[in-house]
Amino acid sequence: MASYSTNEFRGGLKLILDNDPCSIIENELVKPGKGQAFNRVKLRNLKTGRVLEKTFKSGESVEAADVIDVDMEFSYNDGEFWYFMDPNTFEQVGAPDSAMVDSGKWIKAQELCTVTLWDGAPLVVSAPNFVELAVTETDPGLKGDTAQGGTKPATLESGAVVKVPLFIEEGELLKVDTRSGEYVSRVKS
Amino acid sequence: MPQHWQPTATLKTLKERARILESVRAFFLQRNVLEVETPVISNAAITDPQIESFSTLFHQKEFYLHTSPEFYMKRLLAAGSGDIYQISKVFRDDENGRNHNPEFTMLEWYRLGFNHHQLMDEMELLLSRLMIKEKVECQRLSYQQVFINQFEIDPFDADVFQLKQVAEKFNIETPLGMHDDSDMWLDWLMVEKIAPDFPKDSFTFLYDYPATQASLARLDKNDSRKANRFELFYGELELANGFYELTNADEQAKRFENDNIIRQQREQKLMPVDECLLDALKSGLPECSGVAIGIDRLMMVIMGAEHINEVISFGDEFSG
Repeated sequence: MASYSTNEFRGGLKLILDNDPCSIIENELVKPGKGQAFNRVKLRNLKTGRVLEKTFKSGESVEAADVIDVDMEFSYNDGEFWYFMDPNTFEQVGAPDSAMVDSGKWIKAQELCTVTLWDGAPLVVSAPNFVELAVTETDPGLKGDTAQGGTKPATLESGAVVKVPLFIEEGELLKVDTRSGEYVSRVKS
Repeated sequence: MPQHWQPTATLKTLKERARILESVRAFFLQRNVLEVETPVISNAAITDPQIESFSTLFHQKEFYLHTSPEFYMKRLLAAGSGDIYQISKVFRDDENGRNHNPEFTMLEWYRLGFNHHQLMDEMELLLSRLMIKEKVECQRLSYQQVFINQFEIDPFDADVFQLKQVAEKFNIETPLGMHDDSDMWLDWLMVEKIAPDFPKDSFTFLYDYPATQASLARLDKNDSRKANRFELFYGELELANGFYELTNADEQAKRFENDNIIRQQREQKLMPVDECLLDALKSGLPECSGVAIGIDRLMMVIMGAEHINEVISFGDEFSG
């Protein structure tokens, strides 16, 4: 079984702690000059997203987590799983709702997402930072109201609801930032 | 690997660094302490299980980069050099981070006839000069007293189970991989709870460490459970380590041997003992105290730096 010693610790390294895969955010060496060294480590639990702090006696080995990020195309959702396909190998995986976190509401078929695989199974699916989606439903904008900067809700084809300027109409293609959930611009077709 | 070709320290910091080195030399010149240079690469090496040496090859034979100039400087003292100091680059493998660079600058000096408290007095004067202050106040605490104050436990008598109880009582988490080793636990309580409680913006001397952590210090003549070793901190940042020096060659040989036994138990490399140092001690090391202070850490204090890279001209050789 692969493992890492504390002197290999650095940001981004993936470990198994309490049976969960974690990614190192920060690693600090604490060493009394003539004494035992310790590593104070900040990690993100990749399953829960929670940040935790752990201290290791330096020299300790920790099991490595077989975690990789793969860009995969979203195929469909059958109500139980979200299916993704590797465009190079055509390999398919099904991600449960828990792995989707917020991503599900931003993606439509063929969207290229980053799928984090742990021992080959989807752990987290991240939507692209920006997506382009059509408006399926929104109230008609008021004529001559464009300058006032008001907003209204609009439902997008993926199901997400975002605040948009009043001049946006149904059927228009919008660019949205999935990290903030905010409207960015209209996409000229 | 460095991210870019430019230095990691500002010109302002480099100028301040030059001023500090100049002041150190002026301080010792005034006191008739001789500046010396000793080899960086040597046959023998430090045996301390907590310190790893870099090694290199000369004609296929392994040599070591020094982790401090201590052994050579003691050979000079035994040869009759009188008071000496040295400013040198030293090297420690596996030490890298916010407060560590694998190569760093050390100021080390020895004073004949001084005990460790007299050397601490002199350090206060040096710090005052370097910090350009009338008088730098350093609090002095004994190792034993801080453990009694903080945990109501005598570090010289407590066994590992009592130390673990203390950790539990004070809600101190247990690092992964801890052994039932009382020095390991004392170190952990020190870095986790005691040092963080030192006053933030001032200097603290901690003196008279447990005999099991004597390193190259002599044992106290009235209480052999403690060694006349001290450290200097700024806030919780360790700056210097000093000894009222062990002069007994047999005792020193035993400590080297014991270090290698521990190394063997921990499956670390065994290190070649410095027989020349032992011979020098046999021929007679004068009564003296010595201390080594990390110039880069001191620069961090002076410049208010968050990372050691900020005070080293090119501090990113080992980053990433």
